[in-house]
Amino acid sequence: MAELFRRLGAVAGALVLGTVILWVLFLVVLPQLFMVDMSLRPHLPVPEQGGPADVRSLANYATLFANDAHRGIFLRTIFSAALVTVLALVVCYPVAYYLAQVARGPTAALLVLGLVVPFWVNEILRTFSWFLILSRNGLLNQVLMGLGLTEAPLNMGGVGAVMVGMVYAYILFMVFPLYNAIESLDRNQIEAARDLGASWPRIHARVVVPHAKPGIAVGCIMTFMLAAGTVAVPQLLEALPGGTNARWFTQVIYSLFFDGGDWNSGAAYAFALLVSCVIFIFVMMRVFRVGIADVAK
Amino acid sequence: MLAGQSVTLERVSMAFGDFVAVRNADLHIEAGEFFSFLGPSGCGKTTILRLISGFNEPTGGVIRIGGADMAGIGPNRRPTALIFQNLALFPLMKVWENVAFGLEARGVARAERRRRAGELLELVALEGQGEKLVSALSGGQRQRVAIARALAVEPAVLLLDEPLSALDLKLRQKMRAELRTIQQKTGVTFVYITHDQGEALTMSDRIAVMSHGRIEQVGTADAIYRAPASAFVATFVGESNVLAGRVIGTSGDEAILETAHGSLAGRNPHGLDAGARAQLVVRPERCRLLDGDAPGNRLAGTVERLDFEGAFVSLVVRLDDGAEVTAQLANDGSLPRLKPGTPVAIGFAAEAALLLPVAGDG
Repeated sequence: MAELFRRLGAVAGALVLGTVILWVLFLVVLPQLFMVDMSLRPHLPVPEQGGPADVRSLANYATLFANDAHRGIFLRTIFSAALVTVLALVVCYPVAYYLAQVARGPTAALLVLGLVVPFWVNEILRTFSWFLILSRNGLLNQVLMGLGLTEAPLNMGGVGAVMVGMVYAYILFMVFPLYNAIESLDRNQIEAARDLGASWPRIHARVVVPHAKPGIAVGCIMTFMLAAGTVAVPQLLEALPGGTNARWFTQVIYSLFFDGGDWNSGAAYAFALLVSCVIFIFVMMRVFRVGIADVAK
Repeated sequence: MLAGQSVTLERVSMAFGDFVAVRNADLHIEAGEFFSFLGPSGCGKTTILRLISGFNEPTGGVIRIGGADMAGIGPNRRPTALIFQNLALFPLMKVWENVAFGLEARGVARAERRRRAGELLELVALEGQGEKLVSALSGGQRQRVAIARALAVEPAVLLLDEPLSALDLKLRQKMRAELRTIQQKTGVTFVYITHDQGEALTMSDRIAVMSHGRIEQVGTADAIYRAPASAFVATFVGESNVLAGRVIGTSGDEAILETAHGSLAGRNPHGLDAGARAQLVVRPERCRLLDGDAPGNRLAGTVERLDFEGAFVSLVVRLDDGAEVTAQLANDGSLPRLKPGTPVAIGFAAEAALLLPVAGDG
């Protein structure tokens, strides 16, 4: 911080620091506290708010655990988001490795461009393209029927479709941390391992993955948070035929806020999701033996 | 058990697109030999190492190790181990895990790996350091970990890519001796890449001098220094004065070269005939200061400068046409005062000078 003032001088330094403090306070801390407070109060008609019935309790959180449907969706969302994260890692690791250690010069640049360009399109539109691919007379059904693999179009909706959409939607958030981490690995280490007789799986297990661990952790955290917190992707892909049981917990929160008008339960559900995600992240960091400092790099 | 094998290159070439990194290399390295490739950066010596280790397949020719054709055999399946210029130790593994990595890759049990790593660490004088991380070791110790790691897979041929270049001078000299000792103790064939002639000359049984992808000369340090095969070798290995001219006469195994500085006699091992263009090379330490009108090879000019080097001084003489020649003179108290601009003449015996054909002239 002293460095900041030394560089910018007192006025500009105070301005920058002040902006950051105000930003964090008004846009992060206070809204969260407001939401936590709201989550602890019962949902009451406006005249009774602040009255004798308006006492803080954990009742809204208890509902989440008591309501079988909501609890089921909550657990399935966490599980599915974790699965999306694993799938994204499996898909992205080879891509990131190829980009970082194998491809050279213009080929690498072209590949990165190929990865990035689709992401110039809005997330909703990209997800909608999956809707088009997976719908009853969509591309995939046409291809399957054209090859004679099925007689009639299949219903492709469901959790699987939502997860495919998410893996695609968040691929870059996984690829780039992985790419950054793998790219910083000295190629000689890979060659040395190979020269010493190691097979490719062993080279990855013993040399590349340990080196890339912070990148893997960052990619997993970002993908998990985005997957657990998205509304748009499940909302769109749920509409596919057969997609009725693909509800995401965020949709439950959304409908509590905007359809049911029960902001108190909505806040409790949202906060429960946030806490679960944070716990998940710390567990992941523990499992990968990665510290905050590694992740922040 | 450790034992060396021979390495043979038969008309080996390597091209990267239009760039030919190695051109028709023919070479036989004996089993158990300490063999160095010496050349400036970009001469193709590292490419040769990568070809022997199997990271690149040659675009032409055959590489044999212990007589067996290595075509199509990957680096993980060759009886070679490579020590990288930056060592490429694994920073996230302990020292002993680094050393035992090759054994791990071969499926050796953990206890046995530990035991072998301990033995190898002892061989390189690092006993008791196995539990440390590589980052906790000094430069010289890391060097030795790299050697132990390479020897762990019991290679028949150890390939070393300028592994000493990152060390300071003192440590480098110490490691030279250690490398030589380890090589003699193990009997493994060492193939050493360097641009440092001091390393090549002191450690090697034989040296191949390379330039622009070609092997210019193969021989013992002494032979290369005494009888360089080309002006490149003469100037790259040690220093040489090179004077161009045309042969005007031969007698026995000597010939007379007509140069811009008069006629000079030298040995003629290549049997150059009168009329051939040639270069005369003579080592600075074979040149001496002439007084009066002594007969024989004579180069007249003025003192350009006198560099004090301790046991000897380098006298740089500017000849009439601007060319410079250097004479190394013993600093034994007999030197006259030589101010820049003083007219002097230096000479050398005919048997100290060597006539070499000019490249492209047959």
